Amino acid sequence: MGQTFELLKKEIVLEWRSKYAFNGILLYIVSTVFVCYISFNLNPGFKGSQGYPIVWNILFWIIMLFASVNAIAKSFLQESKSRLLYYYCIAHPQAIILSKTIYNTLLMGLLSILAFIVYSLFFTNSVNDLLFYFVIVLLGSTSFSTVFTMISAIASKAGNNGTLMAILSFPVIIPVILLLIKVSKAAMDGIDRGLSLGNIGVLLAINVIVIASSLILFPFLWRD
Amino acid sequence: MKFIYQTWWKVLAVVMIFYTLIAGLLLGVPRLEILHETIRNTYFHVPMWIAMFTVFTISVIYSIKYLQTGKEEYDLISVECVNTGMFFFVVGLITGMLWAKYTWGEYWSNDPKQNSAAIAFLLYCAYGVLRNSIDEEQKRGKISAIYNIFAFPVMVVLIMVLPRLTDSLHPGNGGNPAFGKLDMDNRMRVVLYPAFIAWALMGVWIATLRYRIRLIEFKKNAIN
Repeated sequence: MGQTFELLKKEIVLEWRSKYAFNGILLYIVSTVFVCYISFNLNPGFKGSQGYPIVWNILFWIIMLFASVNAIAKSFLQESKSRLLYYYCIAHPQAIILSKTIYNTLLMGLLSILAFIVYSLFFTNSVNDLLFYFVIVLLGSTSFSTVFTMISAIASKAGNNGTLMAILSFPVIIPVILLLIKVSKAAMDGIDRGLSLGNIGVLLAINVIVIASSLILFPFLWRD
Repeated sequence: MKFIYQTWWKVLAVVMIFYTLIAGLLLGVPRLEILHETIRNTYFHVPMWIAMFTVFTISVIYSIKYLQTGKEEYDLISVECVNTGMFFFVVGLITGMLWAKYTWGEYWSNDPKQNSAAIAFLLYCAYGVLRNSIDEEQKRGKISAIYNIFAFPVMVVLIMVLPRLTDSLHPGNGGNPAFGKLDMDNRMRVVLYPAFIAWALMGVWIATLRYRIRLIEFKKNAIN
């Protein structure tokens, strides 16, 4: 536990010094949102149309999906081989994967809040249950982080290319994103929160399963 | 491992498959709206998925064993089980699509279970790509074993859990009556349950044959 904390502190300090990942992904999100904004404004009258809330919701999650793939794919890429060897001598594998997962969760949580604000600035926000939508955004970013951290560990062992990361992670993430879109649409429409609890429970269960399996499997992946 | 070289269960599988073929087409079935005589496809469509689950489960067991011991044979077993499972996956999809054409009107009717199955198919295609992307044998075995263990629960969630949460045309999902409860009578069970066992054994048989061929190749290429 102490090791996890120290490693987490190291990740945060490293990020704080360069702010590379954070600024990079933030810029990525802002430019994607802007591109979408301009493209949608080419079609006047779309804003008032009936499909607008549906597109609003789905577009947000697609942007978040690609932003988090890009953000988290780096988490094992930046470690050099010698540094990994050094960790191998001093730390538990579980502490390493746990610290990476927590760090990515924090990073993605922060980024998704900012992304949500930027997104709402450009696209008129029509969410009814704002607080609940916000909770779902945080939950979604947590789910993305847990899944992608493990997948990026696997992809980094297999030659570290972006294609592999995408094809490995997308089938795994599809059930998560389907649930997220369903739950967040319910929050948009202001449907009673109690009705979404079942789906949120499934999401939490998926998170627990993914974290547990990455804790069990990472020590095997780690040994080279 | 002696089991795979024995003959009795292979004979049993063949006899039982012939039994389900003959009895499945000759014995009486309940008369139902929409389904009519196509209900006999239950004897062929559902056992494909049972066979797929059987070989995928064996594959995961041997992946775990491979991670524990590092024996190359276990890796070969788990790979060939996945390959066989993919075959049954495709056959299961095709039989389902043909059935859907005659009962629901279209080969692909955006049914949640069909979609989930397609995603799970992508998941296992990614397994194949991952294996091909690594050259080093031991590393390949280890990483694909890890991915296999990771993918299996996701596949189970996709095919067994998620469609039950939404409205599906498949029986037993989204409040539709399950086959076991309403539509099926004992005349069908007499054929269906032997068919499950028979096709599961058939899947295992195909997998063992493929494994034995791979084992010969492996021994031929080994450096003594």
